[in-house]
Amino acid sequence: MSISTAQSRDAEWTARAGKIRRILFYAILIFWGLLSIAPLYFTLVFSLKPVADTYTPPIWWPTPFTLNNYETILKTFHLFPRWIWNSVTISVSVSILRVLFCAMAGYAFARINFPFKNFIFNLLLVSMMMPGVVTLIPSFLIIGPGLIRGGIPLGNLTIPTGFNLIDTPAGVILPGVADAFGVFMMTQFYKSFPRELEEAAMMDGSGRWGTFLRIVLPISQTQLLTLGLLTFQGAWNNFMWPLLVLRTPEFFTLPIGLQWFRGEYYTLYSVVLAGSLFNTLPMLIIFFVFQRYFIRSIASTGSKEG
Amino acid sequence: MSIILNRKKISEAVTGYLFISPWLIIFTIFSVVSLVYAFYLSFTSYNLLKPPQLWGLEGYQRVFDDDLFLVKALPNTFKYVIIVVPIQTLLSLILAFAMDQKLRLQRFFRTLFYLPSVTSSVVISLIFIWIFAPQGIFNQITGLTINWLDNPRTAFYVIMGMNIFTTSGTLMLIFLAGLQDVSTSIYEAAQIDGANPIQTFVYITIPMLRPVIFFVVTVGIIGCFQVFDQIYVMTAGGPLDSTTTVTYLIYKWAFRDTTIKMGQASALAVILTFIILSITLIQRSIIEGSGSSAES
Repeated sequence: MSISTAQSRDAEWTARAGKIRRILFYAILIFWGLLSIAPLYFTLVFSLKPVADTYTPPIWWPTPFTLNNYETILKTFHLFPRWIWNSVTISVSVSILRVLFCAMAGYAFARINFPFKNFIFNLLLVSMMMPGVVTLIPSFLIIGPGLIRGGIPLGNLTIPTGFNLIDTPAGVILPGVADAFGVFMMTQFYKSFPRELEEAAMMDGSGRWGTFLRIVLPISQTQLLTLGLLTFQGAWNNFMWPLLVLRTPEFFTLPIGLQWFRGEYYTLYSVVLAGSLFNTLPMLIIFFVFQRYFIRSIASTGSKEG
Repeated sequence: MSIILNRKKISEAVTGYLFISPWLIIFTIFSVVSLVYAFYLSFTSYNLLKPPQLWGLEGYQRVFDDDLFLVKALPNTFKYVIIVVPIQTLLSLILAFAMDQKLRLQRFFRTLFYLPSVTSSVVISLIFIWIFAPQGIFNQITGLTINWLDNPRTAFYVIMGMNIFTTSGTLMLIFLAGLQDVSTSIYEAAQIDGANPIQTFVYITIPMLRPVIFFVVTVGIIGCFQVFDQIYVMTAGGPLDSTTTVTYLIYKWAFRDTTIKMGQASALAVILTFIILSITLIQRSIIEGSGSSAES
């Protein structure tokens, strides 16, 4: 009798503790959730208020309401649509090329034997440990004036040491399409991938290329999409590299353009806020649509080390 | 027979190189040649007008003689890493732990928490400049009148807070994936033994997550040592150089100053690389060391 009351009292205690705990955890989640959405919410509110009201309350609701800032972006100020277009073309190009090149190289590292394979792969691993900032200046010189200004003279010819691509979209795209991490990721993926299907295709007389195009790429589309989305996000939001390469406002990407616009027209901050939504919203929509790929890719980066 | 085999081998090698060549060419130029050239450049004086002149360790000497580096950029960068990395790691771990409690709306919260990470560094910086302006929303809500980004005592902390805020979502997702790998039977066993949630967190969750924690801290350290975008947009290193970091200083010397110092900037980039590499190696040996002693 007494034992059972003690037990029920115990159970009551744990139930109460569980309830308090749940409330506490909900409180943490709700607090951080509100904080997470706040900057975006305020941006939306003030992008719908007149330019003169950039710092004027109310802060919770767009009164007085206006669409002027969006009109400025899409009609009056002709550079904005260009920046959006530049951002789209550059990010899409980087994503497609990087996914293709990394898939090809990753497949070769996982499946094909060729001389110096291990040496090249070790080089890749070493370069993955290097912080990006160390190659920044040489990469700039290669894209621009060249490592050796004027090139290397060789008889009548001079061999250029730079691509002369400063202030062009190609200069922004080129270094982004081949890196160590993408290939590492694809190599790991193809190594863990069953060979049987490919071997069957090869038996049927498909060469390496045919097998790669018809079997390997379609089968790895989830992984390719994951890498592609990750690349797109990086390219879409990239700042430092385009900042160094691009000089003419016509060629700016949206992040560079927004930063430049803020400097030139600092009294039009509501326009900056409206413009910033054109950078955030597309990424947000892509994130919502492909959420599980994003989560997969981020989760996989963590467990890889373990 | 052996000729056929050889021919097969050669054709295989050719195919292999065709597969990797687009990647290999660009990778060699922008990662391998660039890396080697960065070291070479660090031993030269180079202002873009004349070809690089070798001058030995003079560039390194000048880095360490430079007050902006020694008094501002280096201490600022360490301060930034020491404050941001532990807070963002712990915060995202707590958020992931709260998310892992099988509460309702888990997916909803997960999406919400990731929002700041979707926003680009420039855009979130532009928004924070406006929120922390003298008449901005932050002062309006709190009733304060501080000019946050113009004050050398507050500007750096606003940037730190903002970056903790934006990275926590991503890091939370990494931890959450790690937590979901920890088998529930361990938690059940702990519960039967009468462990409370805090004990469970300290004695089970954290040790089980050691590899993930290592990863998050490493990524955090590497990222924080190279913080640039937010500094460039929000303060350009000011006020009074209070937010000048090493990476910003590299940019300033190589691209912004009236006399371009690419050699000296490269020397600083090499120094930063060594700092980052040695700290990640030390950190790895500490974590692996504590791991083996706990298991024995």
